Amino acid sequence: MFWQVAFSIAAAQLTYRRRQTVVSMLGVALGVGFFIAASAVMSGSEKDLVRQLVENAPHITIKDEFRTAAKQPVYIAYPDAAVSLENTKPREYLRGIKNYGAIVDELSKQAGMVAEAALTGQAIIRYASKDVGASIAGIDPEKERLLTTVEEDMREGSLMRLKTSSQGIVIGQGMSDRLGLRMDDLATVVSPTGLVRRMKVVGIFRTGNLLLDEGQVYMLLKDAQVLLEKPFIANRIRIKVGNPDDAEDVAARIESRWGYRSESWQEVNRDFLGLFVTRNIITYSIVSAIMVVASFGIFNIISTIVMEKRRDIAILISMGFRAFDVQVIFLVQGIVVGLLGMAMGWCIGYILLEMLASVQITIPGMTEKQGIALERGIFQYGMGGLFAVLSAVGAAWYPARKASQVRPVDIIRGAA
Amino acid sequence: MSGGDALIEARGVTRVLQEAVPVTLVRDVDIIVGKGEFVSVTGPSGSGKSSLLYLLGLLDVPTAGRVFIDGEDTTGFDADRLAAIRLRKIGFVFQFHFLLPEFSVLRNVMLPMQRLNRAGDKEMTERSHQLLEELEIADQAKKRPDQLSGGQRQRVAIARALANDPALILADEPTGNLDSKNSQIVQEIFAKLVRDEGRTVIAVTHEPGFAEATERNIHLVDGRIDQGVTR
Repeated sequence: MFWQVAFSIAAAQLTYRRRQTVVSMLGVALGVGFFIAASAVMSGSEKDLVRQLVENAPHITIKDEFRTAAKQPVYIAYPDAAVSLENTKPREYLRGIKNYGAIVDELSKQAGMVAEAALTGQAIIRYASKDVGASIAGIDPEKERLLTTVEEDMREGSLMRLKTSSQGIVIGQGMSDRLGLRMDDLATVVSPTGLVRRMKVVGIFRTGNLLLDEGQVYMLLKDAQVLLEKPFIANRIRIKVGNPDDAEDVAARIESRWGYRSESWQEVNRDFLGLFVTRNIITYSIVSAIMVVASFGIFNIISTIVMEKRRDIAILISMGFRAFDVQVIFLVQGIVVGLLGMAMGWCIGYILLEMLASVQITIPGMTEKQGIALERGIFQYGMGGLFAVLSAVGAAWYPARKASQVRPVDIIRGAA
Repeated sequence: MSGGDALIEARGVTRVLQEAVPVTLVRDVDIIVGKGEFVSVTGPSGSGKSSLLYLLGLLDVPTAGRVFIDGEDTTGFDADRLAAIRLRKIGFVFQFHFLLPEFSVLRNVMLPMQRLNRAGDKEMTERSHQLLEELEIADQAKKRPDQLSGGQRQRVAIARALANDPALILADEPTGNLDSKNSQIVQEIFAKLVRDEGRTVIAVTHEPGFAEATERNIHLVDGRIDQGVTR
């Protein structure tokens, strides 16, 4: 078997220089290992963040605003005319989404879609002569459960208790700690217009997000309408769609249908998503650099072997081996180093992932320690392996070609 | 002129090294060597003995002239075709043994057979053993080349040259590195290959004793055949 010969010669030459082989193999292994680890952390955190963005918040929020300021009627009537109006400002309108009930009903009819009208505003929560500013959200508890993960984060009570008790509020753990406000305590809620109401704590949540835990207060939509003195008004419609990836299209459709500014989660988090691209470029360039250095190691050892083995190559050619055969012998050596490095790199990668998985860190802005989100798929191992083998073949190519171009006459004459 | 019993024929073969000043290694050489001949090639150093041998062995390609083997004109053959002919029909023995240091003696002898892939593993092993036995070094089969003496290594190299049962053995100073006793042994081996097995041996040598022992001698001077000494 020719392949058997090629492999046995390749193996013999590699084992002959065992130390160098191991070193260049380690180079590949480290490259693969770090590729796996870096890739797992990067895509793990990316997926985790996207999951949080998608799960924790509505996919689309319709706001009681418009994307562009309203035009003067004369511009609409004569779009191409040379008209200029001085000293006008856009028309004032009543804040709030008109006829939100109809919009919610219509959206709710669509498959897989949940829509909820909400009223948001600011208020002060006062308890035991301490004041804390809060963002008020007037919501529908049944729909809120489907839209966000607040219900899962409840430590005491529940969102549903808003429905069964009158004048209930749900607050965060942070606010509860700051004010000493516990379950079933009566807090004083002061609206910006000075309206004062006594409301009962019926639930306490803890999301781990400082901003929410200290400043967010939930109540029924109708309570918020009364408190903020905006009866029959909602300023947000919050929507969850069946497939989060569709959110952008759906938002665009809603906006063109009703005119209100509709923000998809992708639009709101565009900066984040853009950041991922930059981050991935940086990570993979660094990891690729490791692989490039590793392939220099392979190049080095194969070049050395070719240099040292010129006599052996000459005799093989004089025996009747073809140039291609010789090239294969040295390419095989590169591939073997690549494959062994890959296997070892998989082990290193696995160990690194195990270590990373056991690490707990505190992310700024979060109150709880968390594990590092890791993407542990076959993809990372496959890509790492592919990189290893490709760089090994690439590195072995040139010296293998050199070997195949050895002219036996020169070598034999030189040796004599 | 080719045909008949001619095994290898050189017709007007010239080899010029293209360097800053072109060097002519072999100049217009005509040789016909038949089957079963034992030929020595002699001449002063730099006379082109080895170059001629490499041309006859298809390791090198002439700049002018033609080389026929078994009546086949090899002019214009690419490197792979020449390699295939070398594999089947030609065995080389050099001044240095050129055994692969990582392999046992037996594996070294097997290499050409494995490349040709004519027989199964078992047959190849058997044939290698047989060759080593004929050359009386079968007891060294499992050793590595560096554990052998110079004479033993050269015998292993001869066994390797015989691996694919070639009709033509080309030897380049095969005894150049050996003491007189081992030289004698190697010479006798070649003589036996010609006498008993009908192989053709062409050996480059600078030892008068070796040349005298061969039935035919080609003497080169400055790349040309010196007709006066050649017999």
